[in-house]
Amino acid sequence: MPLLKNNAFITDSWLHLGAEDALPEGGNVTIPFSRLKNEWESLAKFPGQLGAVLSNTDHAEDVAHFLPHLALVVLPFPAFVDGRAYSIARQIRLLGYRGELRATGNILPDQFQYMTQVGFSSFEVSERFPLQSWQQASKQMSLAYQRGLYRRVGEAEVWSERHADTAPEPTPWEEQPHAG
Amino acid sequence: MYRYDEFDHQFVQERTAQFRDQANRRLSGALTEDEFRPLRLMNGLYLQLHAYMLRVAIPYGTLSSKQMRQLAYIADKWDRGYGHFTTRQNIQYNWIKLEDTADILAALAEVEMHAIQTSGNCIRNVTTDHWAGAAADEIADPRPVGELLRQWSSLHPEFSYLPRKFKIAVTGAPNDRAAVKVHDIGLRLHRNDAGAIGWEVMVGGGQGRTPMIAVTVRDFLPERELVAYIEAIMRVYNLYGRRDNKFKARIKILVHEIGAEKFKAEVEAEYARRPEQTTHVEEKELQRIAAYFAPPAFEKLSRFSPAFEEAKLLHPGFARWARNNLAAHRVDGYTIVNISLKPEGGIPGDATSDQMRLMAELAERYSHDELRVSHPQNIILPHVKKDDALAIWQALVPAELATANYGLAGDIIACPGMDYCSLATARSIPISQAISRKFADLDVQEKIGPVKINISGCINACGHHHVGHIGILGLDKKGEEFYQITLGGSSAENASIGSILGPGFAGHEVADAIEKILTTYVKLRQPGEEFLYAYRRLGPQPFKEALYAAA
Repeated sequence: MPLLKNNAFITDSWLHLGAEDALPEGGNVTIPFSRLKNEWESLAKFPGQLGAVLSNTDHAEDVAHFLPHLALVVLPFPAFVDGRAYSIARQIRLLGYRGELRATGNILPDQFQYMTQVGFSSFEVSERFPLQSWQQASKQMSLAYQRGLYRRVGEAEVWSERHADTAPEPTPWEEQPHAG
Repeated sequence: MYRYDEFDHQFVQERTAQFRDQANRRLSGALTEDEFRPLRLMNGLYLQLHAYMLRVAIPYGTLSSKQMRQLAYIADKWDRGYGHFTTRQNIQYNWIKLEDTADILAALAEVEMHAIQTSGNCIRNVTTDHWAGAAADEIADPRPVGELLRQWSSLHPEFSYLPRKFKIAVTGAPNDRAAVKVHDIGLRLHRNDAGAIGWEVMVGGGQGRTPMIAVTVRDFLPERELVAYIEAIMRVYNLYGRRDNKFKARIKILVHEIGAEKFKAEVEAEYARRPEQTTHVEEKELQRIAAYFAPPAFEKLSRFSPAFEEAKLLHPGFARWARNNLAAHRVDGYTIVNISLKPEGGIPGDATSDQMRLMAELAERYSHDELRVSHPQNIILPHVKKDDALAIWQALVPAELATANYGLAGDIIACPGMDYCSLATARSIPISQAISRKFADLDVQEKIGPVKINISGCINACGHHHVGHIGILGLDKKGEEFYQITLGGSSAENASIGSILGPGFAGHEVADAIEKILTTYVKLRQPGEEFLYAYRRLGPQPFKEALYAAA
């Protein structure tokens, strides 16, 4: 499965462990969240970078405690019409998480921009769609009425623009530290 | 009225281009129907029994004459010369081609309209009191909040794939004409003892197969906090609303299953976690929007209009129409004109393109260029001088728009039913037509007085049968249509769910049954007692006896 990040396909540098898989010596590994919680005492000493694989029924407040120690959070969309991960992503970003936030599962170009707006920064996508589909999909709408979304260069929040004298200067997404 | 600025224009244009691309990808096969379905639904496009149906948003039911004319143009150019006004203040076209849809959306964008989120599992068109800004009983015009929420909910990235559809209604008056207690979120403006205004926030009302009255989660929310607070409600629903069964996916089921107190606690916890952000922008935006809804330049008139009084004496037909179809305006010398889209034997809510153009012309000439679509599927001219009422009536009569049955037995709410809808289990329109023919005599309707008869063609309750004073639900019993009657429902401030009276009826028996119910009521009522209150006093027994005793 291609990994899409910053509008390019890249190689996944992470090793994704299951519930039983042995830990490697180091490097970047993701752990299912239930295992991460149970084995945190030993995992906290892992010399490489850690990531957590959540399900879309996990609660952001349960994850909050671990977030400062994570470099990757993976959130699934079991079906593209199952929108729970949008809210979990938003909560995790509101909790101050600045690392990579990855969407997996049934990821389609027509929901891609929404995912970036709530804070997803990488995407495990199907081979069915060429890079060009994603690049087009990423800029379907240049305006959003909501405030506090993640924005790319060329995207604007209507209310903040209308009341620029009141709102703080918007910071484009790519200039933010979590863009990775 | 609200007017688009450069951002709003750009937004709907980009949205139209996006849909054109999506439709082309569907037509070429690049998108599967499963992938395309939610995308087209969020642009108002349904696949019905015979064709695509396009539902166009009329935010909070307010239209200019230019917009109404464009709706007529669309009906002529891309449909069959008519449209159907809905209970959520929208209009539907029943005979649309997928290939034409992007062009229709472009035609809508020209007049500052769209079909965004008139369907799909997202936040739908926000509805309000159809007399907003005109009603004598109003505390404040609810439409600025309606527009604020329209913008905030449009293409909300977090809330576009909810467990199920989500409907918000807003009222600024104590007499609730927006049915806020049977919406997913209902907002009611009221004053506290200090005279300040705030919003009661109600959650979890709804109809469908599990009708429920909303519970209050905040009694007095400051207006500037509305967006952030509703965002917290939506997040709780998006995270915890059921997704395993679409019939249990509405927010009312979540509120019911976890309980109102627990739900409230979840919302408050989520609201407390909102990022440290000020509400200055929301306040300024609300001020900007409110300026568009400033009252029109009313003339200083006497409350008493000699021309109006004289016309009533000269034209008995006009006098009857004036008695039933005009409502009290907040400004002296003005009135609210309710144009009935329920002629005898007609299809509730339908209007031809010629009728739309006539109503547009009358609005332009007599009603400060404004029209409203009402929740009970009629059209309203909100700001009319009493002096002009006769001229309006005279123009409406030849167009079959002057039926004097507003709020009476002939003013029936009905869903499209099995004549159009792929979900329906029975027809609604012929039942409605039969009842309206049965009560064709307006003397009889006036004698009966205010009564709401609502008809749904299936359990999904689009015809609001649960909250009709008299509700009729069409079902299928072994291939035969039959109809259940409920009594005692209300969608107003005294909201209640109707109770099933007894065994159902065949289609041809329904109008007679309704007549028996209303005859019984007339016999038993106390002076001035409306049907709903008589039923609440009497209970179902006398009506049961009237309907079933003979059998």
